[in-house]
Amino acid sequence: MARIELDRVAHSYMDTPRGEADWALRRLEHVWEDGGAYALLGPSGCGKTTLLNVISGLLQPTEGRILYDGQDVTALAPQQRNIAQVFQFPVIYDTMTVAENLAFPLRNRKFDRDYVARRVREVAEMLDLAGDLDRRAERLGADAKQKISLGRGLVRPNVAAILFDEPLTVIDPQLKWHLRRKLKQIHEASNITLVYVTHDQNEALTFAEKVVVMYEGQVVQIGTPQELFEAPGHTFVGYFIGSPGMNLLPCTLDGGEAVVEGGGRIALPEDVVARAAGTNAALELGIRPEFLRFDPRGREGLPVLVQAVEDLGNYKILSLRLGERTMKAKVAEDSEPPGEAGSLVFPAEWTKLYAGGHLVG
Amino acid sequence: MEKWPDNKAWFLVLPVVVLVCFSAIIPLMTVVNYSVQDILQPGMGFFVGTEWFERILHDERLHGALQRQVLFSLTVLLIEMPLGIAIALALPTRGWGVSACLVLLALPLLIPWNVVGTIWQIFARGDIGLGGAAVKALGLNYNYTASATDAWITVVIMEVWHWTPLVALLAYAGLRAIPDAFYQAARIDGASAWAVFRYIQLPKMRGVLTIALLLRFMDSFMIYTEPFVLTGGGPGNATTFLSQFLTRLAVGQFDLGPAAAFSIVYFLIILVFSWVFYQALEGMGKGASK
Repeated sequence: MARIELDRVAHSYMDTPRGEADWALRRLEHVWEDGGAYALLGPSGCGKTTLLNVISGLLQPTEGRILYDGQDVTALAPQQRNIAQVFQFPVIYDTMTVAENLAFPLRNRKFDRDYVARRVREVAEMLDLAGDLDRRAERLGADAKQKISLGRGLVRPNVAAILFDEPLTVIDPQLKWHLRRKLKQIHEASNITLVYVTHDQNEALTFAEKVVVMYEGQVVQIGTPQELFEAPGHTFVGYFIGSPGMNLLPCTLDGGEAVVEGGGRIALPEDVVARAAGTNAALELGIRPEFLRFDPRGREGLPVLVQAVEDLGNYKILSLRLGERTMKAKVAEDSEPPGEAGSLVFPAEWTKLYAGGHLVG
Repeated sequence: MEKWPDNKAWFLVLPVVVLVCFSAIIPLMTVVNYSVQDILQPGMGFFVGTEWFERILHDERLHGALQRQVLFSLTVLLIEMPLGIAIALALPTRGWGVSACLVLLALPLLIPWNVVGTIWQIFARGDIGLGGAAVKALGLNYNYTASATDAWITVVIMEVWHWTPLVALLAYAGLRAIPDAFYQAARIDGASAWAVFRYIQLPKMRGVLTIALLLRFMDSFMIYTEPFVLTGGGPGNATTFLSQFLTRLAVGQFDLGPAAAFSIVYFLIILVFSWVFYQALEGMGKGASK
């Protein structure tokens, strides 16, 4: 177990990176606390896997250092770092039995027989594989194979961390849930640092204590699932997390209010306005569909036209025309049915202001 | 689904049946026909039962050719398979080197077989051939037209030169198909290079290696052109393999009956060997445990 520190790490797959876009990972400063369960969330191609491979040592970063418990391991190969990694597609050694698969990392490191046998049994019990130990690994299902991959990490003593690279991609939906729970149990029992890469927000939000959201080679926000939902630090987080994502409205400031396209005015807290006053960056208002209040009688707020109503069973999603923009609002199933028009209320508590994509307040 | 009231559909497969009869079944049956008859002249033959089979199975010349054939095939397989795998492992995996190496490797496969024989016939000559002269210059008394051992070595080297690239290309294709994650996982598991080969690369290549082994066995067991051009089966009968023996029997001596009987035996031998190899390789991966 270890505390893993990234010290100004950056990586490019090119020999001579020039512009920003040539970097798969832009300069990154981050600490993975010992015993934490982290999810690394982001769209495909945002650098999640690169970051994971840099941590495990499969990739040497172009710049920066990696420290395990304060020790510089940047130059060490993965086998010297004592780290475990589970890949998207289950990796098993076809010709071996389950027990031999689990014992493989220990045998390579020349542990004595009794110890290996004991560890294999312990890990197999932890993963519910005890009954299959003598079977050939090749014949098991994808979920069992993925458990074996995980087991090869767990079997080693004092693993610094276990890294998961979208490990549930090839698992059946009903088994995914089971495996995810298993992972949580293991984390609670062993307290090993876990870093879990995924592009599925549900997976990230249910698994992790802390979610690290990545976008274009950068970490844009780190927080608990609740923080990510209630106060996205970046418009990307607002849009990527949540379904549908956050509504974004370009705006300008006038006095203590935000003025959106079409002339609508929305009051903002004083401190937010004060902080935004200094920037030249483009301003946007962000509000989640869950927090927008729709008034079908149009008594307060900004007038809107109803474009579409999607009924999703236990709630409805309204598409509303505000000036040139379409806003989404999530309303309760039993709310008053909307007519052709109405108005939108922006509760001050949930209305966020972004400058150049970053949260102002 | 509803069943058709008649069997008209059979007419649809008729063209194929006719074609297969013409190209495979009738020629094969002709051989079977010859193998049980003594034909004195066209249109005049006697049924002789299994006489030709008995005669051919007791023919000492055939026993000699069969022994040489088995020895030859085993020798080239034992050299070509490991060598091909080794070459495949040593080939580059990216960059311009890949295409360059693949083209170079494929070259021997593109040369017509009798040309291969001719190339080696000249190359191995002690007086004007580069290879033969080089060996002689080392002080060895090398002459493939006079010494049976030298002839054997030359034929084997020619065969290895000609066909190892096929094994290497197939093995290379098998290696390229292994996802990176396997190598990455092996690094994390602390596996040695040997363990990577033994537990990842070799098992993943099993399919292509089975094909390579079968192809190389069948081809080497039927080898004809190259040794025919290179040594003509000599000196003596030293490099006379089954195909050449058969040709002498059928074309040289015009013993069609025994030749036909032997053709059938030959075919069965190849079939049985291939089946055994296939079963063995298939079982190798699975038999280890239940």
